[in-house]
Amino acid sequence: MTARSRALELPHVQEDPHAGHPAEGVNTALLGMLLFIGSEVMFFAGLFAAYFNARASALALGQPWPPEGLGHIIEPSLLPIAATIILVASSGTMQWAVWRIRRGDRTGMNRALAVTLLMGIVFLGAQAYDYYELVTHYGFGINSGIYGTLFFTMTGFHGAHVFGGVVGISIILLRGLAGQFSARHHIAVEAVSAYWHFVDVVWIALFLTLYFLK
Amino acid sequence: MATTTLEPRATVYGQRSWVYEWLTTTDHKKIGALYITTAFLFFLLGGVFALFIRSELAVPGVQLIDPETYNQLFTIHGTTMIFLFVMPMMTGLANYIVPLQVGAADMAFPRINALSYWMVPLGGLLLFSGYAFGGAANAGWTGYAPLSAQGGSGLDLWLASLVLLGMSSILGAINFIATIFKMRAPGMTLMRMPLFVWNTLVTSVLLLFAVPVLTAGLMMLFIDRNYGGGFFDPALGGNPILWQHVFWFFGHPEVYILILPAFGIVTEILPVFSRKPLFGYKAFVFATASIGALGFSVWAHHMFTTGAVYLPFFSFFTFLIAVPTGIKFFNWLATMWRGQLRFSTPMLFALGFIALFLIGGLDGAFLAVVPFDFHVQDTYWVVSHLHYVLVAGSVFGIFAGLYYWFPKMTGRMLDEGLGKFQWLLLFVGTNLAFFPQHLLGLDGMIRRIVDYADNPGWTALNFASTVGAFLIGASVLPFMWNVFITLRQPRNAPDDPWDANTLEWATTSPPPPYNFDALPPVRSERPLFDLKHGGVAAHGVALPAARGETHEETRADAPEEILGEPREGHAPLIEAGEVTPEVSEAAPDAVPHEARPKKEADR
Repeated sequence: MTARSRALELPHVQEDPHAGHPAEGVNTALLGMLLFIGSEVMFFAGLFAAYFNARASALALGQPWPPEGLGHIIEPSLLPIAATIILVASSGTMQWAVWRIRRGDRTGMNRALAVTLLMGIVFLGAQAYDYYELVTHYGFGINSGIYGTLFFTMTGFHGAHVFGGVVGISIILLRGLAGQFSARHHIAVEAVSAYWHFVDVVWIALFLTLYFLK
Repeated sequence: MATTTLEPRATVYGQRSWVYEWLTTTDHKKIGALYITTAFLFFLLGGVFALFIRSELAVPGVQLIDPETYNQLFTIHGTTMIFLFVMPMMTGLANYIVPLQVGAADMAFPRINALSYWMVPLGGLLLFSGYAFGGAANAGWTGYAPLSAQGGSGLDLWLASLVLLGMSSILGAINFIATIFKMRAPGMTLMRMPLFVWNTLVTSVLLLFAVPVLTAGLMMLFIDRNYGGGFFDPALGGNPILWQHVFWFFGHPEVYILILPAFGIVTEILPVFSRKPLFGYKAFVFATASIGALGFSVWAHHMFTTGAVYLPFFSFFTFLIAVPTGIKFFNWLATMWRGQLRFSTPMLFALGFIALFLIGGLDGAFLAVVPFDFHVQDTYWVVSHLHYVLVAGSVFGIFAGLYYWFPKMTGRMLDEGLGKFQWLLLFVGTNLAFFPQHLLGLDGMIRRIVDYADNPGWTALNFASTVGAFLIGASVLPFMWNVFITLRQPRNAPDDPWDANTLEWATTSPPPPYNFDALPPVRSERPLFDLKHGGVAAHGVALPAARGETHEETRADAPEEILGEPREGHAPLIEAGEVTPEVSEAAPDAVPHEARPKKEADR
């Protein structure tokens, strides 16, 4: 690559897939992300189906749900509530980043992204600590019957998605620090934001199902 | 990237080796060719497995293969044929054809397209590597728990392979949907899209929402097998029936994922070789969409005998699917009615599809009858049904599409004599292999068992089925020979050899890397027909307009408007020597400027 070709590779050009009707409707890259989120919804729907299948089977047999002896382990205690508040609030800061860059405020976007990234990492840390507590203090693991399997599978896959979101936010934060986004060209920020909101909504559903619906 | 095609890059690009080019390509046509070739190799592999299975079943007793090997054979045969042959083959054809049919330069996400492709050989490697690690998966392609919760590492590799192939399908589906919604040529409204594009769209939506559910199930099974999970283990509070729900929630849409592209291919071919417009375009579109929607509401008809599902609901909805499918059949017949039929090889395969898929479809309607299903559950009736829809359906559709689009892909016409010989072998072989299995199923012969009792008549029917299977195997040989000798010939295919209707025939054979120099205006679902014979646009004008007069018209969708400025990157590609001058100049011949209807109808 010569200097000339690099000069032409403006950051915003990368944001513009050669769409046939670029001006109409949703951006092609954002559409791709939304469709991907659609498939992710179905993935979690499969896991939720497993949860409600197990719950219905237990209740149909007259057994308690959660299974006997495990009822007190998954409780809406301080740690999960704090983690939930942090994750839900991070959705707000993510949207704040989008609103800043829509107005062309790169610094504001970077600040908001940094805060979001930090909150995402804190959530993952809280989840790791929660896992550690459950396994060491309660002996509650993925092999502790169907309830443990469901809890760790569902929250584990959600955690993996949070991790994916953290990676995505890190990338757009680095790109934001390199000055690659502007009021007109910031579709990556929009796409990562959509993904982060999705991760957040899945957590709300998980939290209500696992911690409150008994 | 469109703007990086500058002079320094051009020289570097020209020095790329042939291997490097194919390994790194993001061109939808090359990726399509890679998909098709890979899928065909897996077809051969899966076919050899099938021949081993049928050889063992030719006569009663265990002669050739021990039971454990037999279990692995039918598992890998089914998985290969579905996930590594039919799905990648359909994706490959769609990859090549859909961007051309909608008049786009490439897919919406070319690099994700390459990623989707390269996951397929990797997934195949994972699946077959089971043989190197103590035996491949042996629980059937459906992998029912709790059987699949036992067994060796072959099943873990099977799970990993399916997760990877599923990811490939999901990314491919996203790519197709984005391409179809965002990259259509100006004037091509949704209701002017070719039916193959419509079928690809519905297939992609099914993939997008069905495959992730399978992935969830595969993950659960993996956790059960490796981390002591209890999803499918009643001792731990789980439920093995859950696997069947999750699997078939994917598995039934999967059936339409395998057949809808074949519907699309046949629907492209019939009007061309009948020299008539498609009968009932809108009915076709709505039938396709409703098959897709109903496909999500019938999964439990695979589970009638579990006693865990509400039989009337799933039976009724299964019958309901016969309605849109019936609409398609009548529309196909009405398309041919009083047409000028040409019995070229693609048409023969399309007709074979219609005749034989009808049998497979009727078998399916029988299975929707609950008492009948109780009788033939897990018998050869089911084997016969699924092979009539997958071999007589998907495989006939695939060969129809390969013969139809081969001239476009390679610039060479396949030999008609060999093609018709192949068709005859395949047609006879398919019926001989799978029709006797109906009778065996009704008589109670159970599937997936290495041996069978020497009951009256069973040996003769099984032997006939084995002969048919070898005929199907033999039918592939003339095809391979045909492709081999044709590729050695000089290019002889015109741009539009079949006198077709859709945009892929408006460019050269094979198309240049950027697909189109100029696009004809799209005023109907048959833009190329309009161009050649004067369609809605030409016939709508009472007086032929002088060309000079209409040049001043600046309609937004006039061809000069659309294509006056080729997309950035086209011209530099020609300069770079990527496109040979003959190719780049041949395209205007395909779409002569004089032939374009300049004056639009007053509509």
